[in-house]
Amino acid sequence: MTGKILVDARGLSCPQPVLETKSALESAGSGTVEVLVDTVTSRENVLRLAGRLNWKGTWEESEQGGFRLTLER
Amino acid sequence: MLNRFLMSRFGPTLTGAVVGVLAPVLVFLGNPGNMGICVACFGRDIAGALGLHRAAVVQYLRPEIAGFILGSFISAVLYREYKPRAGSAPIIRFFLGVFAMVGALIFLGCPWRAYLRLSGGDLNALWGIAGLAAGVGIGIAFLWNGFNLGRSTPAAKASGLVMPALSVLLLVLLILAPQFGRDAAGLPTGPIFFSKEGPGSMHAPAFIALGVGLLVGWMAQRSRFCTVGAMRDLFMLKDPHLFYGIIALVVAAVGTNVVLGQFKLGFAGQPVAHTNALWNFLGMLLSGLAFTLAGGCPGRQLIMSGEGDNDAALFVMGLIVGAGIAHNFGFASGPKGPGPYAVTAFAAGMIFCLAVGFFNRGRVSA
Repeated sequence: MTGKILVDARGLSCPQPVLETKSALESAGSGTVEVLVDTVTSRENVLRLAGRLNWKGTWEESEQGGFRLTLER
Repeated sequence: MLNRFLMSRFGPTLTGAVVGVLAPVLVFLGNPGNMGICVACFGRDIAGALGLHRAAVVQYLRPEIAGFILGSFISAVLYREYKPRAGSAPIIRFFLGVFAMVGALIFLGCPWRAYLRLSGGDLNALWGIAGLAAGVGIGIAFLWNGFNLGRSTPAAKASGLVMPALSVLLLVLLILAPQFGRDAAGLPTGPIFFSKEGPGSMHAPAFIALGVGLLVGWMAQRSRFCTVGAMRDLFMLKDPHLFYGIIALVVAAVGTNVVLGQFKLGFAGQPVAHTNALWNFLGMLLSGLAFTLAGGCPGRQLIMSGEGDNDAALFVMGLIVGAGIAHNFGFASGPKGPGPYAVTAFAAGMIFCLAVGFFNRGRVSA
């Protein structure tokens, strides 16, 4: 499956950002998944998960003060 | 450089090792046995010092707690992670804090102390740790079924200053210890109570305890050290990096306790502990479930409250109030065993936590 999937994990407690991302990555299989988070903790946790699942992750600060992560495989 | 290391996969390991050395040192310098650091015990002592319960042997304004919050606050501000947020099921989180404390006081310790007790040779802690694992396991079952407490949203910058300000206030009260007089029986009427005997009277020098609190608060903020997340991520995600922090804590604490002559292997006669296996297990089971539903151990909740997380702050206030309730209602254990109403407390706590887990499922709205 290809195409863009967006996971909005802003404001969620641990471990929900990671769980939401995990299920999105597993259902996508490959392609691009974007994840919105609002804390550095969630950003690092999601990037660590992506790394372990062999997805390449990059991030940028978003306008609202959170982070937009782009995960690709 | 140190910051990069703390933020890496090995950050929790380093934090755990530092806690494992410093906690036994605090015991050596005067803290109660195997209680170098214990968020539950210290929260209970603070509740007692404020007169929220009148168990005369456990009343002291533990500066370590203020240090945790302030250390985290300073770290979060310096590294631009100070982000006040609020609004994720505040009253539920408050009562999760209450029952987490009730469970911890049935066991006699938070998860940090469970590992520190084990590291001092207290084998009763094994039942507690097994209970903690069971509680985390139940929490995980809810998480797999879509449990969540909803989103927090950004809050006013100033709202995150409440907990650091409260921490400073507790330190001021520790120094001033105001007394308004004595009652007819000649006993002090407060408002601040300090134990004359028992665990509450035992403490390391305040400035050292505060210093350790600040350092650990800072390191835990950078590394996200969490004793409940450790089990949760290991079981759920097969991610051991937080759990390495626990292993490091235990290894370092066993070593330090042996060096300081504080290691005493066995079940009987352990400091601030009881030998009732069932209630050691059930107390931590309740606690572990409450912590998992709230998203982290009590230390982690303190750290997040320092970052400006209003919901974590409410959980912390729940811990303090819960300590008052636990002692006033006879829920808390003592050295001889569980309190007279431990069954009532455990049942109420489990009903509440299971209901929270059951009724807060489903996907969060986008």
